[in-house]
Formats: sequence, structure tokens, C-alpha cells
Amino acid sequence: MTAVETYSAILSQIQAEAPNAPVRVTVGMATCGLTAGAQPVYDKLKDLLASEDGVAVDRVGCIGSCFLEPIVEVFDAQGGRTTYIKVTPEKAVRIAEEHVKGGKVVDEYTIAGPDGPGDAPTANVEDAGFYKAQTRIVLRKCGLIDPEDVRQYVASGGYSTLARVLDTMEPQQVIDEVKTSGIRGRGGAGFPTGLKWQFTANATSDDGVKYVTCNADEGDPGAFMDRSVLESDPHAVVEAMAIAAYAVGSSQGYIYIRAEYPVAVRRLEIAIAQAKEIGLLGENILGSGFSFDLGLRLGAGAFVCGEETALLTSIEGNRGEPRPRPPFPAVKGLFGKPTLLNNVETYASITWIIENGGDAYAAVGTENSKGTKVFALGGKVKQAGLVEVSMGTTLRTIVETVGGGVPNGKTFKAAQTGGPSGGCIPLEHIDTPIDYNSLAAIGSMMGSGGLIVMDEDNCMVDIAKFFLDFVVDESCGKCVPCRIGTKRLLGLLEKITSGKGTLEDIEIIEGLCAHLQVSPLCALGQTAPNPVLSTLRYFRHEYIAHVEEGRCSAGVCKELLQYSIDPEKCTGCTLCKRKCPADAIAGEKKQPHVIDTAKCIKCGACLDGCKFGAISRG
Amino acid sequence: MPNCRTVVPFSGTPEQEQKLREVIARYKGTQGPLMPILHEAQDIYGYLPEEVQATISEELDIPLAEIYGVSTFYSRFSLNPKGEVKVSVCLGTACYVKGAADVLAEVEAQLGCKAGSVTSDGKFSIDADRCVGACGLAPIMIVNGDVYGHMTVDRVAGILDSYRGEVE
Repeated sequence: MTAVETYSAILSQIQAEAPNAPVRVTVGMATCGLTAGAQPVYDKLKDLLASEDGVAVDRVGCIGSCFLEPIVEVFDAQGGRTTYIKVTPEKAVRIAEEHVKGGKVVDEYTIAGPDGPGDAPTANVEDAGFYKAQTRIVLRKCGLIDPEDVRQYVASGGYSTLARVLDTMEPQQVIDEVKTSGIRGRGGAGFPTGLKWQFTANATSDDGVKYVTCNADEGDPGAFMDRSVLESDPHAVVEAMAIAAYAVGSSQGYIYIRAEYPVAVRRLEIAIAQAKEIGLLGENILGSGFSFDLGLRLGAGAFVCGEETALLTSIEGNRGEPRPRPPFPAVKGLFGKPTLLNNVETYASITWIIENGGDAYAAVGTENSKGTKVFALGGKVKQAGLVEVSMGTTLRTIVETVGGGVPNGKTFKAAQTGGPSGGCIPLEHIDTPIDYNSLAAIGSMMGSGGLIVMDEDNCMVDIAKFFLDFVVDESCGKCVPCRIGTKRLLGLLEKITSGKGTLEDIEIIEGLCAHLQVSPLCALGQTAPNPVLSTLRYFRHEYIAHVEEGRCSAGVCKELLQYSIDPEKCTGCTLCKRKCPADAIAGEKKQPHVIDTAKCIKCGACLDGCKFGAISRG
Repeated sequence: MPNCRTVVPFSGTPEQEQKLREVIARYKGTQGPLMPILHEAQDIYGYLPEEVQATISEELDIPLAEIYGVSTFYSRFSLNPKGEVKVSVCLGTACYVKGAADVLAEVEAQLGCKAGSVTSDGKFSIDADRCVGACGLAPIMIVNGDVYGHMTVDRVAGILDSYRGEVE
């Protein structure tokens, strides 16, 4: 039997054993859903609908709309899809009774109802504006299948690509298809994936051993693309790694995943075990003679392990310090053997590419950046969540159409991409198409996909300090420019945010940044100055205001703030005096109060408490 | 930092040691055994006491200094025990821009000890997390695995109070 025939037999058996359930109720149960309270909703629906004929209640992953969680969807027998949002166990009762059993949609709980985003004309999420602006390739099965049941992945066509590859494609054909697609590494650096595969395939080792590895050490604070993919569609990565192993000639793989993602770790363990059980992974896959085993290795909270050589060093059981390159991992990687290392999102695109052809993938996106990119959209946007857009989509579309804009009537100040290695994009560049080259041209970078929106209440000097503080913590300490340089840089920024900086300090910062960009061994140190340089480039006036006027216009840098009471507006109600934890406010009842600035700890309790708008901060 | 315990005497039980030796036996001889063993050892003891690292050192024939190098490199490995109630505040970017630093400051003020340490009675410990990946709910606080999203400074005291019963 060929691999395709063996696969068809497995598929037929799964279909034959599948419960007859024309109506399907799904509950989004990735981390976002679970933290929002999806578990009791799921339990309630299971409880109410367990004995209902023709109804299945399924746990699924994340459809990406974190701001609407917990989400329940009803797929009815006529092919209709109804999306319920912000579901509670109480709402679940009505959904079960009135809709699932009674056939009548509970309009007010749907995405088109009063709690919805306002851009959903129907109860089906696919019609909502924020969803339509997206192109879903990586996320195409996320939120639709049960990530803990391999049968649902197979029933949706999963592993058929692997079967076809094993039967009909030579390893080189697979690599060529990936090259044709033009996909570049989604971990952030953007190296052409096809080339990486070719280098690993070409490399030889004395005993023939090669490794295929996956970087799931998503350490950028504010990024959760890989977590969502692994929690929602883990087999997409497992299948792609098997295809990659076939292409480069490997039979052993490792996924290096951060231990901070317990749900993703558990679902991967389940996925690997289930795939092995039905012969889609392990020895002699689908009877083809090709074997590939896959193991997990847990990270332990070190950002630098996202760097490829550091990651491999960590799998080997050492401190995760980077190694000089060359030799590149493709030649001499894990345990000294040729090693292919790709990011989760890159792998998750592979089956689609092989299935639809490299040309189809290359037709999406821009000239130098093909395909789609997943972003974790967060910060000051109304609709935070996981979004996938074709390359070349403008930042404005992502922030305004997909993200719903800035909440609370505030104004957009900047978007940050690339995390501690990236930079800020100011309002003047909001119409920049998002691709590798355009972002680099304006001093930011694609990065792994964290996209944090900031408004007028965020101080850009403070944001630069935040990222520097992160890098100082995470520098592995191996090379001096990074270990000492980032520390000095942080010290200078702290000097500025505490009101003690001078214009000369800004010059010193720029000089230090220039050195830091070229001296360290790995990208962590080389890119560490980026958040500082990009905020200096676009928000230099904020640095100057801190230094020359001792003023933080966003009201973040506490040491620069001054609170005062307007004697005209103050009614002498004594509330602020009672609220002040530092005993810094004095005044008689019904007389205007005054703040002793020497005692004031600038906590803002008085400002928040005053009912008469008499207290101001400047 | 007053009110913070940094060193406590080792109090491992024979059952824990037996579990540890089983874990070591399971990974011994595999490629790169140290990290998985340290993870599981921390699950057994709640932290990585020097005594435990010494046992691993003997069994794997890796110098203790090297193991200490690894265990102190990774922020998830702790050489001090955690409190009975573990409080962590996410300081990832999405949480930070939405005011997580103020939430953490309030937790520290309420408990009288700093992030990364334990109260002197061993009941509460505070950690600053780097990003738990639930950015849609920012800012986030996690207490003994329970996640509190959209945190505000005002809610801190009430939430912490609801756990005091568990340790008293």
C-alpha cells in the first residue's frame, strides 16, 4: 500500500467512527478563552447537551478575538454559523435551550448584539469587519478543530499533505516548492526558509544524523502568536516538521517551547502521542519506510534562547549562551550535527504551501515579503487579539479596522513592533505597508509579530527604558558590549526619566547605541539599542522635554510630576487630605487645601479622588 | 529589602528524594538530560535547593558548579522556595503599557516584600512575569494559577485578601 492509501484507510475509519452530529457547538479554549472563563461555559454546555441527539460539544482553539472571549459558536445542520461572545454559564443555558434545542438564535448574545464590536452585520464572525480584513493561512484551522483530538485534524484534511509528499515528491521537490513560495523566517530575522532547508539538506554528518527543530521559545513580551497556534492547531506544526525532516533527510526532531505556556505544552504532548498512535509519526510513517520521531524540550525563562545557537545550546543542557556563527546550525548545530531550525509560524505555513503550491503562496503579499503574517495585537486598542493579514497591509488597517482603534477617546501615538529588538512606528508612518523592508526602512522591524499600540498616556522615554530594562535582565552576560553596554544605556535613560539628564547624555546615548549595534556576538545585543534609537528618531522632543523642562507630558515619569490644588476650585471637602497616604496635604475644612511637594510621593490618589477637578498634574 | 526571606533550611523528605532519583534514572543516558531533570526536580521540591543540585551532580557526573551555572541562568529555576500563595504580575509589553507596573507596586506594598522574594512568614511570594501570552486581557495578575485580567490597583487588596484564608 502507498502512504496515500494507508492515509485514506485511516481517514475512512475516522469518518466511520465519528459521531453523527449535524449540529456542532464549539467553545474557544485556548489560554485567552480559559482565562476569560471558558471552562465553566464548556462544562455547562456539555452538561445540558450531552444527551442531545445529533449535537456535539467540542473544545476548540482560538479564533483570535481575545476581546470577545469566552466565545461559543453554533454550526447548525444547514451550514449556518452563529458566533456568541462574552458567554457566561448563564448565557450558555439560554444558548443551549433556545438555539441548539429550540432552533432560535439568541440575538442579543451574538457578535452582532449590543456587546459586539459594532462592525458585525450578522451573527457570523466571518462577516465582521475586523475578521474580513484578515487573510487566514496559518490560522485557517484555529478555532475550528479540537486541538486535543488528532481525528478532527485528520478529518479536516490534516496529514494528507505528508502522505502525498512521501508518495509522490522527492526531497528536492519539496525544498523547491518552499523556495518558490518565497516564505521568509517568521521568527523575526526573515531569512529565506527554502535556502535554510537547502543548506541543511546539502550538509553531511559522519553518522548521517541530522535534526529538525522548532523554535517555540516565544520570549518577546507582548507576543503570543506561537502560543495560539500551538494551542489551537498543534498538528499543523507536527505535520510540517515531518515534511521538513523528509526534505532535509532527518529522522529526529525537537520542539523547544517555553515552560510558561503550560496549555501549549500539554496539547503538543497530546498531539505527538496521538499522531504516533495512529502511525502518522514515529517509525515507518504510513508504511512509507520514512521514520521521524519528535520530542519536546522545555525552556526555562531565558529570552536569549530564542536566538538559534543559544536555543540549541540550551537543548544540549547548558546555559543558553549563543555561539559564534559560522558554523551555522545547518552545518553544525544540535549535538554538532546539521540542524534545521524554524519558527512555529513558519512551520504552520508549510502544509498550506505544499498543498496549494509555492506559486499560490507567492501570489499573496508583496514583492520582497510573500504570504501572510500573524500579529499579536495588544496595548491601547479596542479589539486586542491574534490577527493574520497579508504582507503589505498597512498599519492603519491593522490598528483601526482590525483593532478597532484606540479606546477611551485617546489618540494614537505609536505602534511598537519587534519587541525589545524592534522600534516604534509613529502616526506619520501609520500608512506604511507592513513588510520586512518597509519596516526596516522606518527604523523598526517585523520581529516575531508582537504589535503593541500606544496612546498619549505612554511616555516614549519610559517605553525605551522598559525594553532596555528587559534586555539588561536577559543579556546572557557572555560578551562585554551587551552585558555592560545595555546596563550603561539603562542608567542614562533612568537619569533622564528622573529629571537629572542633560543634553549631553542624549549624545552619549546615541554614541553608545552605535557601538552596541556592531559589537555583540548575537542579535539580542546588536538590536538592543533599536527601541532607544527609534524613540529618539521620532520622539526626540519627549527626551528634550524631560531634560530641559523637567516635564513628562504623558504623566508617567513620577519624579517629574508636580501636583497642585487650584484654590478657586477647591471646596475644602477634605477628601484628598484623607486619601493622601503621605500626609502631604494640609488645610482646614471648607478652606482651600495645599500640597506639600516635599512630602508628596506622586501617587495620584488625590487627583483620582477629587470630585471638583481642583487637582492638576503638570 | 525587609520582610523577605532569602535562605531557608532544606527540608526534603525521603519520598521526594526517591522521586528525584527516579527522574534522574529516567533521563540518564539520554541526550541533554540536565534541563528536563531540573524542571522535574523543581516540580518535586517547589524549588532547587543546593542539596538537590548536589544529588543531580553526583548522579550525572556533572560538576556542581556547572549545574549551578545552568540553574541560575534561567529565570524559571528558583533557588529559593515560593510562598504558599504565589502571586505574579505580568510585566510584558502589553501589560506594561496598560499600567502593570502600578499593579505590581501595589502588590508589593500590600504584602511588604519585593518581586522575586517571599514574605518572612513564607505565606506569599511575588514574581514579575515576562509575558504569559494573554495580552488580550492585559494587565494580568496570577494568584496560585487563577488568572485575573484587566487588573486595576484598586482590586489588588481584595483579591489578595481572598487568599489569606487559605494560608491561615
